[in-house]
Amino acid sequence: MKYSGNVIKYGDNVDTDVIIPARYLNTSEPSELAAHCMEDLDKTFTARVRQGDIITAGQNFGCGSSREHAPIAIKASGVSLVIAKSFARIFYRNAINIGLAIVECPEAAEEIREGDTVEADLDSGIIRDLTTGREYKTAPFPEFVQKIIENGGLIASIANGAVK
Amino acid sequence: MGMTMTQKILAAHAGAESVRAGELILASLDLVLGNDITSPVAIREFAKLGKDSVFDKKKVTMVMDHFVPNKDIKAAEQCKVCRGFCGDMDITHFYDVGDMGIEHALLPEKGLVTAGDAVIGADSHTCTYGALGAFSTGVGSTDMACAMAIGKAWFKVPSAMRVELTGALRPYVSGKDVILHIIGEIGVDGALYRSMEFGGEGLSSLTMADRFTIANMAIEAGAKNGIFEVDELTLGYIRGHGADEPRIYAPDADADYDEVLHIDLSEIEPTVAFPHLPENARTFTDIGDVKIDQVVIGSCTNGRLEDLQAAAEIMRGKHVAKGVRVIVIPATQRICLEAMELGLLKVFIECGAVVSTPTCGPCLGGYMGILAEGERAVTTTNRNFVGRMGHPKSEVYLASPATAAASALTGRITSPWEVMK
Repeated sequence: MKYSGNVIKYGDNVDTDVIIPARYLNTSEPSELAAHCMEDLDKTFTARVRQGDIITAGQNFGCGSSREHAPIAIKASGVSLVIAKSFARIFYRNAINIGLAIVECPEAAEEIREGDTVEADLDSGIIRDLTTGREYKTAPFPEFVQKIIENGGLIASIANGAVK
Repeated sequence: MGMTMTQKILAAHAGAESVRAGELILASLDLVLGNDITSPVAIREFAKLGKDSVFDKKKVTMVMDHFVPNKDIKAAEQCKVCRGFCGDMDITHFYDVGDMGIEHALLPEKGLVTAGDAVIGADSHTCTYGALGAFSTGVGSTDMACAMAIGKAWFKVPSAMRVELTGALRPYVSGKDVILHIIGEIGVDGALYRSMEFGGEGLSSLTMADRFTIANMAIEAGAKNGIFEVDELTLGYIRGHGADEPRIYAPDADADYDEVLHIDLSEIEPTVAFPHLPENARTFTDIGDVKIDQVVIGSCTNGRLEDLQAAAEIMRGKHVAKGVRVIVIPATQRICLEAMELGLLKVFIECGAVVSTPTCGPCLGGYMGILAEGERAVTTTNRNFVGRMGHPKSEVYLASPATAAASALTGRITSPWEVMK
């Protein structure tokens, strides 16, 4: 799995209420959610995000509610990958389950700057900042999680019998 | 190395003799929960599995609580989807307007959770049922969909933080102050990916309402679950609400705790979390004069009868401060009825508060008490993130029912110790 795009950078504890405010949870339509993604944190996000962009963030990204609408909104915005120092656990599960690529890499999340162009290969666990030339190594997903991703998410894994 | 309470429950549900932290397991579930926000997404995903029934119609429950009675057309459509699905699947425990309540107050009250259960819910505060000695955790809608289909979910077995309780709470101090204090100590990711396991000699002094409140906010420290040791009080609650026979799992003497936090309950003071994170906990020595516009007493954290009693004790015979809007939300129909029979609703209304039907409403900025730009609220809810209760430039201060009630009377954030001298 390879990803490449420009970086939009945020800080620690980006919560699900700013990723997609609850006032928009009366729908679960991805495009409607994407239209309000990050609205209470960064009003410029929806205007400047481009297909394939990568979000970097600090500790505890996605903390708060269990709303799957949060990773859905990010994915539907065109974001291909989120690199953070750490993720809140429900967000982490949800992202895997819906097929939004995420990776924990504290060093990359710290050093990569807003606007840098980044290339990530999650199979080899290598993240490259093409703007600065720096390279970072991440831990691969556990095998069980890889199996879910290889089968196209949790729903597909159950439908095809990979998870019983 | 021995197992924690959580590890023992997970082992039992994975059909394993033992499990250890970090291991990935597939565990069978005793209950799968969704609400009117998360269930429609789960129902859409469930449809992709091609199953014509859920794994057990008595073990799937849906509670319409976030935006009901429906706040707008879209919310009404979402509830309609849930209603249709639960009808088609013949779901036993579907709770709609008239018998619903806020899910995490409702399910224990209905006896749907017992000690030793493994529960997932597509709502982050599903960790509340840890107060009953159950393993209980929040997940997303896809996990809910799969669990409805196969009755199982995958978990990474968590390591755990032990919270060793001693002493007893002082008057007008409650479980909310305890958990805000703890989150203030360890931070909003202080227990990330881990269990928080509560026990010790101080446990016996905590009411079930205190324990539900504490377990409810374990997620606000990033925890996978919060869980309490089971004692006579727990067993009395479980039996009193007609739940299944409890299965009690005590931690091994050499359980694998990677951290122990010591909390002397007698030292806890009324505590308030300032915007915009629950970890911004302060006691009244550094709160100062903070004027407020609104008070909310309710939610899955603090909408139980004991919470309403604590507020009513302070508000009885008094009047709310001029310019302060006070919204009281009993968490379930039964709590509302009991509060009425005890005269609590009369106390609130005579005091100048409004009393609402059960709903999550204002807690997540849905409806029934949205804040305008620049407004401040003291609330007994669980999150004070940017924009949580309305305008991105409004402010939410988290507090206990006693502190919220005291603040309602003065119009500024006020300790119950000040008004009940």
